[in-house]
Amino acid sequence: MPTKPAGTLYRGREGMWSWVGHRITGVVIFFFLLVHVLDTSLVRVSPEAYTAVIGAYKNPLMALGETGLVAAIVFHAFNGLRIIAVDFWKKGAKYQRQMLWTVLGLWVVVMAGFAIRHLSLALGGH
Amino acid sequence: MTATIQSPRSGKIQPKYRRSGGSKGNFEMLAWLFMRLSGVVLVVLIFGHLTVNLLVGEGIHAIDFGFVAGKWADPFWQFWDLAMLWLAMLHGTNGVRTIINDYAERDATRLWLKIVLYAATTVIIILGTLVIFTFDPCPVVHGVQLPGGFCPAP
Repeated sequence: MPTKPAGTLYRGREGMWSWVGHRITGVVIFFFLLVHVLDTSLVRVSPEAYTAVIGAYKNPLMALGETGLVAAIVFHAFNGLRIIAVDFWKKGAKYQRQMLWTVLGLWVVVMAGFAIRHLSLALGGH
Repeated sequence: MTATIQSPRSGKIQPKYRRSGGSKGNFEMLAWLFMRLSGVVLVVLIFGHLTVNLLVGEGIHAIDFGFVAGKWADPFWQFWDLAMLWLAMLHGTNGVRTIINDYAERDATRLWLKIVLYAATTVIIILGTLVIFTFDPCPVVHGVQLPGGFCPAP
């Protein structure tokens, strides 16, 4: 029975999974951006049209969606800065793994803060 | 015929072995560089956008026509949003272009996906730019001036 090649293929672990995460979050953000430019463009149609559509962003289910979107944006932002460090910092490639865990730690802290603030505003008594 | 092999790093490379130059130029290198430069700027622009629109004051409940009108009455926010629109669209388009190149194996599929992508990008960038610059923050609806402290009395 053939044995698996060990240590010869670039796959798995932090490097690959951060790459997968960067792609998926990037595509999600891009499609939201298309929709977001279109909904904002309604200010040019009429105040009522804009206010009606933006009202859709204010229901509780959308509040969860917005939190998910911001989670994608914050990960993509911090991991993007990590990629820049890997490319331009002399020791970037050596410390890419530690930098990913730093990214994830910062992501948890920022998202905890954002989720508490945004969800209490969005779901709070209005 | 004898082939002359130049010493390494002499800069005298036979055209067929040249990595840059040719019809594509160094487009891919510039695209790579653009992703990093625009990425850094976008972190600042988008984090600022999210903070001002979602975290300050009443957050999302404050967003309505008057909120957008108030921001775009100020050239600072017009420029902020314009920069965000162009950089985010070009950054996103180049990212999706990379993904199409990676996963669409047939030439025709790649071509058509990219035609659709570039068409969407062009429409969104032109639409967004026009909206930011042709927007009237003080519309008069049915003969009535909409309320807004930044609007002159009709």
